[in-house]
Amino acid sequence: MTNGLGFVETQRVVLGTEDDPLVLACGRSLSHVEVAYETYGELNEARDNAIFVCHALTGDAHAAGHHGDPERRGWWDTLIGPGKPLDTDRFFVICPNLLGGCQGTTGPLSTDPATGAPYGLDFPLVQMSDFVALHQRLLAHLGIERLLAAVGGSLGGMQVLQWTVQAPDQVANAILVASSSRLTAQNIAFSAVGREAIMRDPGFRDGRYFEEEAEGERGPQIGLAIARMMAHITYLSEEAMTEKFGRRLQGEETGGQRMGLGVDFQVESYLNHQGRSFLDRFDALSYLYLTRVMDYFDAFADPTAADRVRAGGARFLIVSFDTDWRFDTGHSVRILRTLEHAGVPVTFREIRSPWGHDSFLLTPPGYHETIAAFVDRAHEVGLGGAS
Amino acid sequence: MRPDLAIVADLIPAHARVLDLGCGGGKLLAHLAERGCTVQGVEIDDDSVLRAIRRGVPVIEGDLESELSTFADDSYDVVVLSQTLQAMVHPAQVLREMRRVGGQGIVSVPNFGLWRNRLALLRGRMPVSRTIPHPWHETPNIHHSTLADLEALLGEVEMRVVRRILLDEHAAPLRSAVLPNLRAAAAIYLVR
Repeated sequence: MTNGLGFVETQRVVLGTEDDPLVLACGRSLSHVEVAYETYGELNEARDNAIFVCHALTGDAHAAGHHGDPERRGWWDTLIGPGKPLDTDRFFVICPNLLGGCQGTTGPLSTDPATGAPYGLDFPLVQMSDFVALHQRLLAHLGIERLLAAVGGSLGGMQVLQWTVQAPDQVANAILVASSSRLTAQNIAFSAVGREAIMRDPGFRDGRYFEEEAEGERGPQIGLAIARMMAHITYLSEEAMTEKFGRRLQGEETGGQRMGLGVDFQVESYLNHQGRSFLDRFDALSYLYLTRVMDYFDAFADPTAADRVRAGGARFLIVSFDTDWRFDTGHSVRILRTLEHAGVPVTFREIRSPWGHDSFLLTPPGYHETIAAFVDRAHEVGLGGAS
Repeated sequence: MRPDLAIVADLIPAHARVLDLGCGGGKLLAHLAERGCTVQGVEIDDDSVLRAIRRGVPVIEGDLESELSTFADDSYDVVVLSQTLQAMVHPAQVLREMRRVGGQGIVSVPNFGLWRNRLALLRGRMPVSRTIPHPWHETPNIHHSTLADLEALLGEVEMRVVRRILLDEHAAPLRSAVLPNLRAAAAIYLVR
């Protein structure tokens, strides 16, 4: 897609200080919190056209546009931009990096003001409600009281759901794509193996790997790459992998392949590449902390949660993909049922897509059309007339 | 809005909680929402679902015969099944589920017993008419019934007819109730 937002810059703001620390769900507080975020479009005078985008596990604030190379665009550039479903000609779109992340917002590698050194494993175990509390501070900073919509895929959708539970009247429209209200044992199991791979890597050094001299090679690189490789398998459907790689061998065309124990199949090479390139952009400690947030999240653990959501008046769009087995349709249906039983107006679609969990970043037929229809209606109704 | 839907809408009190099974593009529910009703639709057709969403009608995409069981007992004041029963695989089961989920039900059906349809059969052909628009081999309506058949089934599933509105071929109410099973092209039932 050539049309879209142009050059954009990530901004930074301090949203937690010694005088006004961010008090976390666990009871601890952070006395210096920085948030990296991007915005697209203009906030209107009435301040009622804001749409908040929550990123997934390994996403960042750079959701749309580019940072200099027009070919390398933000992770949700297909959805956000002029004339796109999250139309920046009409909406003011905000996307921050997550608390505990490693892309500009305070996380385990940030400096602990108490010691002057990175937190490492002393970073508090943050929770989904802490993400929302910080998102709210960002809104206050931007002078926005209420959101026309909050949108997120996967972990992003979980944040949106938490937001409607935690501050029910702040979100007029909630869009949850390929998301979950709580992980299953299988989800947690995958998450656990990823963390084990990281923590058992000798390079992990009890989480103090950042003290090593040689920056390029330090840290649990093998563990983090393996965690990413395994997670990546869960992001694609079997069908998608078959179509992409089948059983094709590396160097098949040149006929030079012999059976060995290395990277023989094309799918192995692909996973290796995914694992390696992940090391350049993600930190092992952030991976531990953020996956743990997902494991413990349970949106409706409090039996009054859904009733509070209804009282807030938010309208929901829940979208799943038929080949997603990371968060299969059952996860979305659970949210749908809990909300519908509480009397919350919910729209639900299962979109046909061969691409598995990753579909939320792609454009299978009907997906963006559905979001556009929902958001266009939200725009028409505005913040005043929500019924 | 279709004239029969306007009649259905008039049967529904303001501020009721309404579930529309097979809500199409959501016109009825959008109209009811304007009257203060809390509405929820179920629809299986892609384009209709998109139209309902664009109209601001909350809609669950899916097959209502499997979706129905997931709604809680007595969770809606009114459950609407408009021109849909004849397309169900298990009509009796759908009616029983409607009764479980809603305080009241509104069921509208075409009448296969209309004199014009009977005439077509006398001539040896399956009827195609305003209320039965599809040729037999293309119809989604796999369970056609006469009004007498439907009323017998309503009795079987212990649904009591509170009101019956007979419609002519243009979906306008019939003036007299003489020979309904011969003269009505369709009917709307308010049941409990």
